[in-house]
Amino acid sequence: MSGVNMDSSGSSQTVASPALVPDIDVCNLTKCFGDNEVLKGIDFSVDPREVVCVIGPSGSGKSTLLRCVNRLEEPTSGQILIQGVDICDPDTDLNQVRRRIGMVFQQFNLFPHLTTLGNLMVAQRKVLGRSRGQSEAVAREQLEKVGLSEKADSYPSQLSGGQQQRVAIARALSMSPEMMLFDEATSALDPELVGDVLAVMRDLAQGGMTMMVVTHEMGFAASVADRVVFMADGVVVEEGPPAQILEDPRQQRTQQFLSQVLNPMSD
Amino acid sequence: MTRQRRNLALQWLAFAAFLGAVVGFLWATVDWPVVRRLFFSGEVLADQFPTMITEGVRNTLVYTLIGFGGGLVFGLIAALMRRSAIPPARVLALAYVDIMRSLPALLVIIIVGFGLPIAFGESLPDWANSNFAAGGFALALVAGAYLAETIRSGLEAVPKGQTEAARSLGMKSGQTTFTIVLPQAFRIIIPPLTNEFILLLKDSSLISVLGIVVGQRELTTIGRQFSNSTGNYTPLIAAALCYVGITLPLTFLVRKLEKRANAGSR
Repeated sequence: MSGVNMDSSGSSQTVASPALVPDIDVCNLTKCFGDNEVLKGIDFSVDPREVVCVIGPSGSGKSTLLRCVNRLEEPTSGQILIQGVDICDPDTDLNQVRRRIGMVFQQFNLFPHLTTLGNLMVAQRKVLGRSRGQSEAVAREQLEKVGLSEKADSYPSQLSGGQQQRVAIARALSMSPEMMLFDEATSALDPELVGDVLAVMRDLAQGGMTMMVVTHEMGFAASVADRVVFMADGVVVEEGPPAQILEDPRQQRTQQFLSQVLNPMSD
Repeated sequence: MTRQRRNLALQWLAFAAFLGAVVGFLWATVDWPVVRRLFFSGEVLADQFPTMITEGVRNTLVYTLIGFGGGLVFGLIAALMRRSAIPPARVLALAYVDIMRSLPALLVIIIVGFGLPIAFGESLPDWANSNFAAGGFALALVAGAYLAETIRSGLEAVPKGQTEAARSLGMKSGQTTFTIVLPQAFRIIIPPLTNEFILLLKDSSLISVLGIVVGQRELTTIGRQFSNSTGNYTPLIAAALCYVGITLPLTFLVRKLEKRANAGSR
C-alpha cells in the first residue's frame, strides 16, 4: 500500500502513504439486531501505534462495535476500513485481514482439546503455513512474554482464568498481528487475577501495538490509553485524551456514567 | 431397633418374599430336566461353540463395524450438510435423516439388499452382492441417519466462542470445522456414539434375511441354524451369551465415560 488516491469514490482500492491511513477507520456504522438498533451511525478510528479505550455502560454497543471491526458481527450499513482495506467489500479476503488483527475475548475461548502450545500453534500452521518448528519457536517466545513458559504443555482446564487470558493474548500475538482488539478482557476474571492480565496489556501498549480496548478498568484507561471514547445508547458521546474524558467530561451523560462507576455506593 | 433400621429390615423382608414367590413358581411349574437337556447341553455347546466364535462373533463384529464406519461417514456428511449455506443441501440432508429414521431397519435391508443388484444390474461388481457389501451398506444407511442427529447435536454443543476465536485468527470456515469444532464435538458425543454402536450390533442380526451363506452368517443366524439342525436350544443361549459378552464391556465403558463427562473434565 503506497501512493495517495485522491479519488474520493470510496472504492476498495483506496490507498495512501502508511502514515496517513488509520489502522481502523469506521464510518457511519449502524448495526441492527432485528428491530433493535445497537449502533446508530458510529464514526471511530484508531491510528497506527495508538491505544484507544472504549468505555460506556453495558448495552451501549461498545462490544458490538469491536466485533464489527473484524466482522464477527455483520454491519447493517456503513464502512469499515482496516489499513485502508474495505472489509465489507464482498471481494475482500476476510481471512487475509483477520490474520492481521489479534482478538482477545471476555471468555478467553481457548481451544480446550489442545495444549497451551497447541493453542498457540494451530493457526500459525493452518493460516500462515509456518512449519512445526517455526511455529513452536514463536509460541514459546510469546509464552515467555506473558510469563507462562512453564505451562506450555498444560490444557486450558488446568489453568486459572488469568493464566487462560494471558495464553489467549499470546495466541493472538503468535500470529504477528498489526493491531489488537480486547473485548472486556478482564471482566470474567476474579479481581486478584486482573492485574497480571492488565500488566501484559500495558507492556503491549508500551511496545507500540495498535490497540482497541473495550474495558471497564478506568485505571487502565487513565494510565495507558492515548484516547478514550465514551459510548452510550449506540452513539459515541464524547472522546478525547483520558485526562479530559475521565476527569473533566463535557457531556452530562459521561459525567453521570463516571460518577456511577467511580462512586457506586453514592446516590 | 431404631425406626430407620426397622424400615430397612421390612424392605429386605418384602424383597425376599417377592423373590421366593418367583423362584417357587418357576420351581413348581418348569420342567427342569428338559430345560437342562434342551437349553444347557454341554455336549451340543462343545460341538458348536468354536464355529459360533470364529464365524458368528467375527461376522457380527464385521457387519457392525462396516455399518458403523459407513454410518459415521454418512452421518458426518448429513450433519455438515444440515449446516450448509445452500438450502437444497439442507433439505436433502433433512429428507435423508427423516425418511431413514421412519423406516424399519429390516425393510431398508431388504430393499437395498435385493433391490440394488437389480437396479444397478451389470454395473455392479460381484463382490457387491455379498451380504457384507449389501447388508453392510444398508446398515450404514440406517445408522447414518441416527448418527447424523447425534453428530449435529455435538456440533451445536461446542460453544460459539470457539468458532469465533478460530475465525478471528484467520482460519477458514472448513479449517475451523475440522480442526477446532469437530474434535470437540466428537469428545462430547462419545457416550451416545457407543450406544448407537450397541444398537447397530443387535440390528446386524437382521442381515440374515438376505440369505444364509456359510462364511457370512452372524451370531443369530448361526444360533438358529444350529438350533434347528440339532433340535436343541443350546446354540441360541450360546449366541445370547456372545452378544452379552460383547455388549456388557461397552456398556460399562459408556457409563465410565458419562461419569467422566459429567465431572466436567475434557
